[in-house]
Amino acid sequence: MSSATRTIWAYRRENGRIGVRNHVAILPLDDISNAACEAVAAHIQGTSALPHAYGRLQFGADLDLHFRTMIGTGANPNVAACIIIGIEPLWTQRVVDGIAATGKPVTGFSIEGNGDIATVAAASRKAKEFVHWASAKVREECALTSLWVAAKCGESDTTTGLASCPAVGNVYDKLIPHGLYGCFGETSELTGAEHLAAARAVSPEIAQKFMNTWSAYQKDVIEAHKTSDLSDSQPTKGNIAGGLTTIEEKALGNLEKIGKKISFIDVLTPAEAPARGPGLYFMDTSSAAAECCTLQAAAGYVIHVFPTGQGNVIGNPIMPVLKVSGNPRTVRLMSEHIDVDVSGIIRREMTVDGAGDALIDAIVHTANGRLTAAEVLGHREFVMTKLYRSA
Amino acid sequence: MDNTPHLLVHDRRDNVGVVVVENLAAGASMLCVVTEDNSEFRCNLKQDVPIGHKVALRDLKPGETVIKYGQDIGRVVAAVRKGEHVHVHNLKTKRW
Repeated sequence: MSSATRTIWAYRRENGRIGVRNHVAILPLDDISNAACEAVAAHIQGTSALPHAYGRLQFGADLDLHFRTMIGTGANPNVAACIIIGIEPLWTQRVVDGIAATGKPVTGFSIEGNGDIATVAAASRKAKEFVHWASAKVREECALTSLWVAAKCGESDTTTGLASCPAVGNVYDKLIPHGLYGCFGETSELTGAEHLAAARAVSPEIAQKFMNTWSAYQKDVIEAHKTSDLSDSQPTKGNIAGGLTTIEEKALGNLEKIGKKISFIDVLTPAEAPARGPGLYFMDTSSAAAECCTLQAAAGYVIHVFPTGQGNVIGNPIMPVLKVSGNPRTVRLMSEHIDVDVSGIIRREMTVDGAGDALIDAIVHTANGRLTAAEVLGHREFVMTKLYRSA
Repeated sequence: MDNTPHLLVHDRRDNVGVVVVENLAAGASMLCVVTEDNSEFRCNLKQDVPIGHKVALRDLKPGETVIKYGQDIGRVVAAVRKGEHVHVHNLKTKRW
Protein backbone atom coordinates (compact mmCIF):
# COMPACT_ATOMS: atom_id res chain seq x y z
CA MET A 1 0.00 0.00 0.00
CA SER A 2 1.33 3.39 -0.91
CA SER A 3 1.93 5.50 2.17
CA ALA A 4 0.10 8.37 0.47
CA THR A 5 -3.21 6.48 0.57
CA ARG A 6 -3.05 5.68 4.30
CA THR A 7 -5.65 7.06 6.66
CA ILE A 8 -5.62 8.33 10.22
CA TRP A 9 -8.23 8.84 12.94
CA ALA A 10 -8.36 12.51 13.78
CA TYR A 11 -10.60 15.43 14.74
CA ARG A 12 -12.25 17.43 11.99
CA ARG A 13 -12.65 21.03 13.18
CA GLU A 14 -15.35 23.58 12.35
CA ASN A 15 -13.20 25.15 9.60
CA GLY A 16 -12.44 21.79 7.95
CA ARG A 17 -8.88 21.49 9.30
CA ILE A 18 -7.71 18.19 10.81
CA GLY A 19 -6.39 18.01 14.39
CA VAL A 20 -4.68 15.08 16.11
CA ARG A 21 -5.10 16.27 19.70
CA ASN A 22 -8.15 17.62 21.50
CA HIS A 23 -6.76 20.24 23.87
CA VAL A 24 -8.77 22.74 25.85
CA ALA A 25 -6.13 25.46 26.02
CA ILE A 26 -6.00 28.15 28.72
CA LEU A 27 -4.02 30.85 26.99
CA PRO A 28 -2.65 33.94 28.76
CA LEU A 29 -2.62 37.10 26.67
CA ASP A 30 0.29 38.39 28.71
CA ASP A 31 2.90 37.36 31.29
CA ILE A 32 0.94 38.67 34.28
CA SER A 33 -2.05 36.46 33.42
CA ASN A 34 -0.01 33.26 33.65
CA ALA A 35 -0.94 32.70 37.32
CA ALA A 36 -4.68 32.84 36.62
CA CYS A 37 -4.34 30.48 33.64
CA GLU A 38 -2.30 28.01 35.65
CA ALA A 39 -4.86 28.15 38.45
CA VAL A 40 -7.67 27.27 36.02
CA ALA A 41 -5.63 24.41 34.53
CA ALA A 42 -4.80 23.09 38.00
CA HIS A 43 -8.48 23.04 38.91
CA ILE A 44 -10.18 21.87 35.72
CA GLN A 45 -8.92 18.48 34.53
CA GLY A 46 -8.47 18.07 30.81
CA THR A 47 -7.24 21.63 30.27
CA SER A 48 -3.74 22.88 29.80
CA ALA A 49 -2.28 26.33 30.47
CA LEU A 50 0.31 27.80 28.11
CA PRO A 51 2.29 30.29 30.21
CA HIS A 52 4.81 32.54 28.44
CA ALA A 53 6.92 35.60 29.11
CA TYR A 54 5.48 38.42 26.99
CA GLY A 55 2.48 40.48 25.94
CA ARG A 56 2.94 43.85 27.63
CA LEU A 57 3.98 47.11 25.93
CA GLN A 58 4.90 45.45 22.67
CA PHE A 59 4.40 47.52 19.51
CA GLY A 60 4.72 47.48 15.73
CA ALA A 61 5.83 44.29 13.99
CA ASP A 62 6.68 42.70 17.35
CA LEU A 63 3.12 43.23 18.60
CA ASP A 64 1.73 41.89 15.31
CA LEU A 65 3.82 38.76 15.80
CA HIS A 66 2.57 38.42 19.38
CA PHE A 67 -1.05 38.51 18.23
CA ARG A 68 -0.34 36.19 15.29
CA THR A 69 1.27 33.66 17.63
CA MET A 70 -1.50 33.88 20.23
CA ILE A 71 -4.33 33.66 17.70
CA GLY A 72 -2.58 30.96 15.67
CA THR A 73 -1.98 28.83 18.75
CA GLY A 74 -5.62 29.00 19.79
CA ALA A 75 -6.75 28.44 16.20
CA ASN A 76 -4.54 25.34 15.76
CA PRO A 77 -6.74 22.30 14.98
CA ASN A 78 -5.17 20.38 17.88
CA VAL A 79 -7.05 22.81 20.14
CA ALA A 80 -10.76 21.98 20.49
CA ALA A 81 -11.68 25.03 22.54
CA CYS A 82 -9.87 27.89 24.16
CA ILE A 83 -9.99 30.25 27.14
CA ILE A 84 -8.06 33.53 26.91
CA ILE A 85 -7.17 35.43 30.06
CA GLY A 86 -5.56 38.88 29.87
CA ILE A 87 -4.98 41.75 32.23
CA GLU A 88 -7.37 44.02 30.33
CA PRO A 89 -10.32 43.30 28.04
CA LEU A 90 -9.43 45.00 24.74
CA TRP A 91 -6.34 43.06 23.62
CA THR A 92 -7.91 39.94 25.18
CA GLN A 93 -10.94 40.39 22.92
CA ARG A 94 -8.67 40.85 19.88
CA VAL A 95 -7.24 37.36 20.44
CA VAL A 96 -10.70 35.91 21.16
CA ASP A 97 -12.05 37.35 17.90
CA GLY A 98 -9.09 36.01 15.91
CA ILE A 99 -9.59 32.49 17.24
CA ALA A 100 -13.38 32.65 16.95
CA ALA A 101 -12.98 33.11 13.17
CA THR A 102 -12.18 29.36 12.99
CA GLY A 103 -15.64 28.61 14.42
CA LYS A 104 -14.31 26.93 17.56
CA PRO A 105 -15.57 27.82 21.05
CA VAL A 106 -13.44 30.53 22.68
CA THR A 107 -14.13 32.89 25.58
CA GLY A 108 -12.03 35.69 27.04
CA PHE A 109 -11.71 36.90 30.62
CA SER A 110 -9.87 39.93 31.98
CA ILE A 111 -8.42 40.49 35.41
CA GLU A 112 -8.47 44.28 36.01
CA GLY A 113 -11.40 45.20 38.25
CA ASN A 114 -12.09 41.53 39.01
CA GLY A 115 -8.89 40.18 40.55
CA ASP A 116 -7.37 36.77 40.00
CA ILE A 117 -9.80 34.85 42.23
CA ALA A 118 -13.04 35.97 40.57
CA THR A 119 -11.44 35.66 37.14
CA VAL A 120 -10.26 32.13 37.85
CA ALA A 121 -13.70 31.18 39.15
CA ALA A 122 -15.48 32.48 36.04
CA ALA A 123 -12.91 31.03 33.63
CA SER A 124 -12.98 27.67 35.43
CA ARG A 125 -16.73 27.41 35.02
CA LYS A 126 -16.42 28.07 31.26
CA ALA A 127 -13.40 25.74 30.98
CA LYS A 128 -15.38 22.92 32.59
CA GLU A 129 -18.12 23.42 30.01
CA PHE A 130 -15.52 23.31 27.21
CA VAL A 131 -13.94 20.09 28.54
CA HIS A 132 -17.31 18.30 28.54
CA TRP A 133 -17.96 19.56 25.00
CA ALA A 134 -14.50 18.71 23.67
CA SER A 135 -14.29 15.29 25.29
CA ALA A 136 -17.50 14.26 23.54
CA LYS A 137 -15.82 14.74 20.15
CA VAL A 138 -15.15 11.55 18.20
CA ARG A 139 -12.23 10.94 15.87
CA GLU A 140 -13.03 10.43 12.17
CA GLU A 141 -11.13 8.66 9.43
CA CYS A 142 -9.14 11.22 7.44
CA ALA A 143 -6.45 11.07 4.79
CA LEU A 144 -2.90 10.93 6.17
CA THR A 145 -2.01 13.55 3.57
CA SER A 146 -4.55 15.98 5.05
CA LEU A 147 -2.06 16.57 7.88
CA TRP A 148 0.21 19.58 8.28
CA VAL A 149 3.60 18.26 9.43
CA ALA A 150 6.44 20.63 10.33
CA ALA A 151 10.12 19.80 10.76
CA LYS A 152 13.08 21.27 12.58
CA CYS A 153 16.28 19.59 13.75
CA GLY A 154 18.06 20.18 17.04
CA GLU A 155 21.23 19.31 18.91
CA SER A 156 22.32 18.18 15.49
CA ASP A 157 25.50 16.29 14.81
CA THR A 158 26.97 14.64 11.75
CA THR A 159 24.54 11.71 12.02
CA THR A 160 21.66 14.16 11.54
CA GLY A 161 22.82 14.89 7.99
CA LEU A 162 23.51 11.21 7.33
CA ALA A 163 20.38 9.62 8.77
CA SER A 164 17.61 11.47 10.63
CA CYS A 165 17.27 14.52 8.35
CA PRO A 166 17.28 12.37 5.18
CA ALA A 167 14.56 10.20 6.82
CA VAL A 168 12.37 13.30 7.29
CA GLY A 169 13.18 14.37 3.72
CA ASN A 170 12.04 10.98 2.50
CA VAL A 171 8.68 11.44 4.26
CA TYR A 172 8.25 14.83 2.61
CA ASP A 173 9.20 13.41 -0.80
CA LYS A 174 6.58 10.67 -0.39
CA LEU A 175 3.68 12.67 1.08
CA ILE A 176 3.91 16.31 -0.01
CA PRO A 177 3.14 15.56 -3.69
CA HIS A 178 -0.13 13.98 -2.44
CA GLY A 179 -1.38 16.91 -0.36
CA LEU A 180 0.62 17.11 2.86
CA TYR A 181 1.63 20.56 4.09
CA GLY A 182 5.29 20.68 5.17
CA CYS A 183 7.36 23.42 6.79
CA PHE A 184 11.03 24.04 7.47
CA GLY A 185 12.60 27.14 9.01
CA GLU A 186 15.81 28.05 10.88
CA THR A 187 16.91 31.05 8.82
CA SER A 188 20.34 31.43 10.43
CA GLU A 189 21.01 27.74 10.21
CA LEU A 190 20.79 27.66 6.42
CA THR A 191 23.92 29.82 6.25
CA GLY A 192 26.38 27.99 4.05
CA ALA A 193 23.59 26.18 2.22
CA GLU A 194 21.49 29.23 1.33
CA HIS A 195 22.33 28.87 -2.36
CA LEU A 196 21.13 25.25 -2.30
CA ALA A 197 17.98 26.22 -0.40
CA ALA A 198 17.22 29.01 -2.88
CA ALA A 199 17.62 26.52 -5.72
CA ARG A 200 14.80 24.47 -4.20
CA ALA A 201 12.28 27.32 -4.49
CA VAL A 202 9.43 26.67 -6.90
CA SER A 203 10.10 29.84 -8.95
CA PRO A 204 12.67 32.63 -9.30
CA GLU A 205 10.28 34.93 -7.42
CA ILE A 206 10.09 32.61 -4.40
CA ALA A 207 13.87 32.06 -4.54
CA GLN A 208 14.33 35.84 -4.38
CA LYS A 209 11.84 36.07 -1.51
CA PHE A 210 13.87 33.42 0.33
CA MET A 211 17.18 35.20 -0.32
CA ASN A 212 15.69 38.53 0.83
CA THR A 213 14.56 36.89 4.09
CA TRP A 214 17.90 35.15 4.63
CA SER A 215 19.90 38.30 3.80
CA ALA A 216 17.76 40.47 6.08
CA TYR A 217 18.43 38.06 8.96
CA GLN A 218 22.17 38.21 8.28
CA LYS A 219 22.15 42.01 8.18
CA ASP A 220 19.61 42.94 10.85
CA VAL A 221 20.29 40.22 13.39
CA ILE A 222 23.68 38.56 12.91
CA GLU A 223 25.78 41.47 11.65
CA ALA A 224 24.02 44.00 13.88
CA HIS A 225 24.55 42.07 17.12
CA LYS A 226 27.46 39.71 16.74
CA THR A 227 30.53 40.09 18.92
CA SER A 228 32.45 37.14 17.47
CA ASP A 229 32.28 34.76 14.53
CA LEU A 230 29.37 33.03 16.32
CA SER A 231 31.46 29.88 16.67
CA ASP A 232 30.34 29.70 20.31
CA SER A 233 26.63 29.75 19.48
CA GLN A 234 26.11 28.40 15.99
CA PRO A 235 27.16 25.57 15.89
CA THR A 236 26.16 24.99 19.53
CA LYS A 237 28.41 23.32 22.08
CA GLY A 238 26.29 20.19 21.64
CA ASN A 239 26.74 20.31 17.86
CA ILE A 240 30.51 20.60 18.29
CA ALA A 241 30.61 17.73 20.80
CA GLY A 242 28.78 15.70 18.16
CA GLY A 243 31.40 16.45 15.52
CA LEU A 244 29.92 19.40 13.61
CA THR A 245 32.57 22.08 13.10
CA THR A 246 31.16 24.96 11.04
CA ILE A 247 27.82 26.58 10.27
CA GLU A 248 28.22 25.53 6.64
CA GLU A 249 28.49 21.86 7.63
CA LYS A 250 25.52 22.17 9.98
CA ALA A 251 23.41 23.91 7.31
CA LEU A 252 24.09 21.24 4.70
CA GLY A 253 22.91 18.53 7.09
CA ASN A 254 19.89 20.61 8.09
CA LEU A 255 18.77 21.00 4.48
CA GLU A 256 18.70 17.20 4.02
CA LYS A 257 15.32 17.22 5.75
CA ILE A 258 13.50 18.83 2.81
CA GLY A 259 14.06 15.77 0.70
CA LYS A 260 15.33 15.54 -2.83
CA LYS A 261 12.31 15.96 -5.09
CA ILE A 262 10.09 18.74 -3.81
CA SER A 263 10.30 22.52 -4.06
CA PHE A 264 9.09 24.99 -1.47
CA ILE A 265 6.20 27.06 -2.69
CA ASP A 266 6.31 30.10 -0.42
CA VAL A 267 8.27 31.94 2.25
CA LEU A 268 6.31 32.65 5.43
CA THR A 269 6.90 35.31 8.06
CA PRO A 270 7.11 33.94 11.63
CA ALA A 271 3.83 32.21 12.64
CA GLU A 272 2.20 33.07 9.29
CA ALA A 273 -0.31 30.44 8.14
CA PRO A 274 0.46 28.95 4.73
CA ALA A 275 -2.02 30.16 2.10
CA ARG A 276 -0.89 28.66 -1.21
CA GLY A 277 -2.37 25.21 -0.71
CA PRO A 278 -0.61 21.90 -0.06
CA GLY A 279 3.16 21.85 -0.37
CA LEU A 280 6.39 22.66 1.40
CA TYR A 281 6.83 26.10 3.00
CA PHE A 282 9.88 27.87 4.36
CA MET A 283 9.25 29.96 7.49
CA ASP A 284 11.56 32.69 8.76
CA THR A 285 12.33 31.40 12.28
CA SER A 286 15.00 31.27 14.90
CA SER A 287 16.97 28.02 14.96
CA ALA A 288 16.21 27.62 18.68
CA ALA A 289 13.93 24.60 18.96
CA ALA A 290 11.23 25.95 21.27
CA GLU A 291 10.85 29.21 19.33
CA CYS A 292 10.71 27.45 15.98
CA CYS A 293 8.19 24.80 17.12
CA THR A 294 5.99 27.45 18.76
CA LEU A 295 5.89 29.47 15.52
CA GLN A 296 5.13 26.41 13.38
CA ALA A 297 2.32 25.34 15.72
CA ALA A 298 0.93 28.90 15.56
CA ALA A 299 0.96 28.65 11.76
CA GLY A 300 -1.34 25.63 12.06
CA TYR A 301 0.98 22.62 11.90
CA VAL A 302 -0.39 19.70 13.94
CA ILE A 303 2.54 17.26 14.08
CA HIS A 304 6.24 17.97 14.23
CA VAL A 305 9.04 15.62 13.17
CA PHE A 306 12.28 16.49 14.91
CA PRO A 307 15.60 14.93 13.88
CA THR A 308 18.18 15.03 16.66
CA GLY A 309 21.75 13.83 16.87
CA GLN A 310 22.98 14.57 20.38
CA GLY A 311 19.50 14.45 21.94
CA ASN A 312 17.39 17.62 22.06
CA VAL A 313 14.44 16.95 24.41
CA ILE A 314 12.02 19.61 23.06
CA GLY A 315 8.23 19.31 23.14
CA ASN A 316 5.29 21.63 22.55
CA PRO A 317 2.06 22.02 24.53
CA ILE A 318 -0.31 21.65 21.58
CA MET A 319 1.69 19.99 18.76
CA PRO A 320 3.14 16.49 19.29
CA VAL A 321 6.89 16.48 18.57
CA LEU A 322 8.28 13.17 17.27
CA LYS A 323 12.01 12.62 17.80
CA VAL A 324 14.06 10.84 15.19
CA SER A 325 17.69 9.97 15.80
CA GLY A 326 20.38 8.26 13.77
CA ASN A 327 23.03 8.42 16.48
CA PRO A 328 23.33 4.97 18.14
CA ARG A 329 24.94 6.45 21.25
CA THR A 330 22.07 8.91 21.76
CA VAL A 331 19.48 6.20 21.07
CA ARG A 332 21.15 4.08 23.77
CA LEU A 333 21.83 6.78 26.38
CA MET A 334 18.64 8.82 25.92
CA SER A 335 16.22 6.12 24.79
CA GLU A 336 13.26 7.66 26.65
CA HIS A 337 13.38 10.69 24.33
CA ILE A 338 13.66 8.97 20.97
CA ASP A 339 10.49 7.90 19.14
CA VAL A 340 12.08 6.59 15.94
CA ASP A 341 15.54 5.01 15.83
CA VAL A 342 17.08 5.33 12.37
CA SER A 343 20.66 4.55 13.43
CA GLY A 344 20.46 1.48 11.21
CA ILE A 345 21.16 3.83 8.31
CA ILE A 346 24.74 4.46 9.39
CA ARG A 347 25.32 0.74 9.90
CA ARG A 348 23.85 0.12 6.43
CA GLU A 349 21.19 -2.10 8.02
CA MET A 350 18.42 0.34 7.05
CA THR A 351 17.89 2.41 3.92
CA VAL A 352 16.73 6.04 3.94
CA ASP A 353 13.60 4.79 2.18
CA GLY A 354 12.97 2.26 4.97
CA ALA A 355 13.62 4.92 7.60
CA GLY A 356 11.08 7.20 5.88
CA ASP A 357 8.49 4.41 6.02
CA ALA A 358 9.21 3.84 9.73
CA LEU A 359 8.73 7.54 10.34
CA ILE A 360 5.45 7.54 8.41
CA ASP A 361 4.27 4.68 10.66
CA ALA A 362 5.15 6.79 13.69
CA ILE A 363 3.31 9.80 12.24
CA VAL A 364 0.20 7.66 11.69
CA HIS A 365 0.34 6.29 15.26
CA THR A 366 0.86 9.79 16.66
CA ALA A 367 -2.00 11.16 14.58
CA ASN A 368 -4.24 8.37 15.86
CA GLY A 369 -3.54 9.43 19.42
CA ARG A 370 -0.41 7.62 20.58
CA LEU A 371 1.55 10.03 22.76
CA THR A 372 5.10 10.95 21.76
CA ALA A 373 8.07 10.64 24.10
CA ALA A 374 8.05 14.42 24.63
CA GLU A 375 4.34 14.38 25.52
CA VAL A 376 4.73 11.54 28.02
CA LEU A 377 7.78 13.21 29.55
CA GLY A 378 5.86 16.46 29.99
CA HIS A 379 7.80 18.64 27.55
CA ARG A 380 5.53 21.59 26.85
CA GLU A 381 7.93 24.34 25.80
CA PHE A 382 5.95 27.36 24.61
CA VAL A 383 8.32 30.15 23.69
CA MET A 384 7.25 33.32 21.93
CA THR A 385 9.62 34.92 19.44
CA LYS A 386 10.30 38.55 20.32
CA LEU A 387 11.66 40.87 17.65
CA TYR A 388 12.91 43.72 19.88
CA ARG A 389 12.56 45.30 23.33
CA SER A 390 9.13 46.40 24.52
CA ALA A 391 8.27 50.08 24.85
CA MET B 1 29.86 -6.80 11.71
CA ASP B 2 32.35 -7.25 8.84
CA ASN B 3 30.20 -5.22 6.51
CA THR B 4 29.56 -2.39 8.97
CA PRO B 5 31.24 0.83 7.81
CA HIS B 6 33.53 2.73 10.17
CA LEU B 7 33.45 5.92 8.14
CA LEU B 8 30.77 7.38 5.88
CA VAL B 9 31.46 9.88 3.10
CA HIS B 10 28.54 11.77 1.56
CA ASP B 11 29.94 12.57 -1.87
CA ARG B 12 32.85 11.36 -3.99
CA ARG B 13 34.27 14.90 -4.08
CA ASP B 14 34.52 15.08 -0.26
CA ASN B 15 37.93 15.30 1.40
CA VAL B 16 36.56 14.34 4.84
CA GLY B 17 34.41 11.48 6.14
CA VAL B 18 32.46 10.88 9.38
CA VAL B 19 33.26 8.18 11.94
CA VAL B 20 30.03 6.25 12.55
CA VAL B 21 31.11 3.71 15.18
CA GLU B 22 31.98 4.25 18.82
CA ASN B 23 35.43 3.73 20.36
CA LEU B 24 37.37 3.78 17.11
CA ALA B 25 41.09 3.89 17.98
CA ALA B 26 44.22 5.06 16.18
CA GLY B 27 45.58 2.41 13.86
CA ALA B 28 42.21 1.10 12.73
CA SER B 29 41.92 0.15 9.08
CA MET B 30 38.57 1.80 8.43
CA LEU B 31 35.99 0.48 6.00
CA CYS B 32 34.81 3.68 4.32
CA VAL B 33 31.59 3.90 2.31
CA VAL B 34 30.48 6.70 0.00
CA THR B 35 26.73 6.97 0.61
CA GLU B 36 26.15 8.58 -2.80
CA ASP B 37 27.00 5.39 -4.71
CA ASN B 38 27.71 2.80 -1.97
CA SER B 39 31.33 2.46 -3.15
CA GLU B 40 33.91 1.30 -0.59
CA PHE B 41 37.54 2.01 0.19
CA ARG B 42 39.94 1.64 3.12
CA CYS B 43 41.69 4.37 5.10
CA ASN B 44 44.00 4.09 8.12
CA LEU B 45 42.99 6.11 11.16
CA LYS B 46 45.93 7.99 12.72
CA GLN B 47 44.25 9.26 15.90
CA ASP B 48 41.42 8.17 18.21
CA VAL B 49 38.32 9.91 16.79
CA PRO B 50 34.88 9.88 18.50
CA ILE B 51 31.72 8.82 16.73
CA GLY B 52 30.30 11.64 14.60
CA HIS B 53 33.64 13.39 14.15
CA LYS B 54 35.46 13.90 10.87
CA VAL B 55 38.63 12.35 9.44
CA ALA B 56 40.72 13.78 6.58
CA LEU B 57 40.75 11.58 3.48
CA ARG B 58 43.92 13.27 2.19
CA ASP B 59 46.56 15.69 3.44
CA LEU B 60 45.10 19.19 3.79
CA LYS B 61 47.12 22.42 3.91
CA PRO B 62 46.13 25.69 5.65
CA GLY B 63 43.88 27.75 3.38
CA GLU B 64 42.47 24.72 1.57
CA THR B 65 38.70 24.25 1.42
CA VAL B 66 37.17 21.31 3.24
CA ILE B 67 34.53 19.59 1.13
CA LYS B 68 31.61 17.60 2.58
CA TYR B 69 28.28 16.85 0.81
CA GLY B 70 30.29 17.94 -2.25
CA GLN B 71 30.14 21.48 -0.79
CA ASP B 72 32.42 24.02 0.91
CA ILE B 73 32.18 23.67 4.70
CA GLY B 74 35.07 26.01 5.62
CA ARG B 75 38.83 26.48 5.43
CA VAL B 76 41.73 24.57 6.91
CA VAL B 77 43.57 26.67 9.55
CA ALA B 78 46.19 24.10 10.64
CA ALA B 79 47.75 21.36 8.53
CA VAL B 80 46.02 17.98 8.69
CA ARG B 81 47.34 14.67 7.41
CA LYS B 82 45.26 11.92 5.87
CA GLY B 83 43.65 9.83 8.62
CA GLU B 84 43.71 12.62 11.22
CA HIS B 85 40.85 14.26 13.13
CA VAL B 86 39.30 17.33 11.47
CA HIS B 87 37.44 19.65 13.85
CA VAL B 88 37.44 23.11 15.46
CA HIS B 89 41.24 22.99 15.98
CA ASN B 90 42.01 22.91 12.26
CA LEU B 91 38.79 23.91 10.42
CA LYS B 92 36.98 27.28 10.54
CA THR B 93 33.89 28.75 8.94
CA LYS B 94 34.29 31.18 6.02
CA ARG B 95 31.07 32.90 7.12
CA TRP B 96 30.28 35.47 9.78
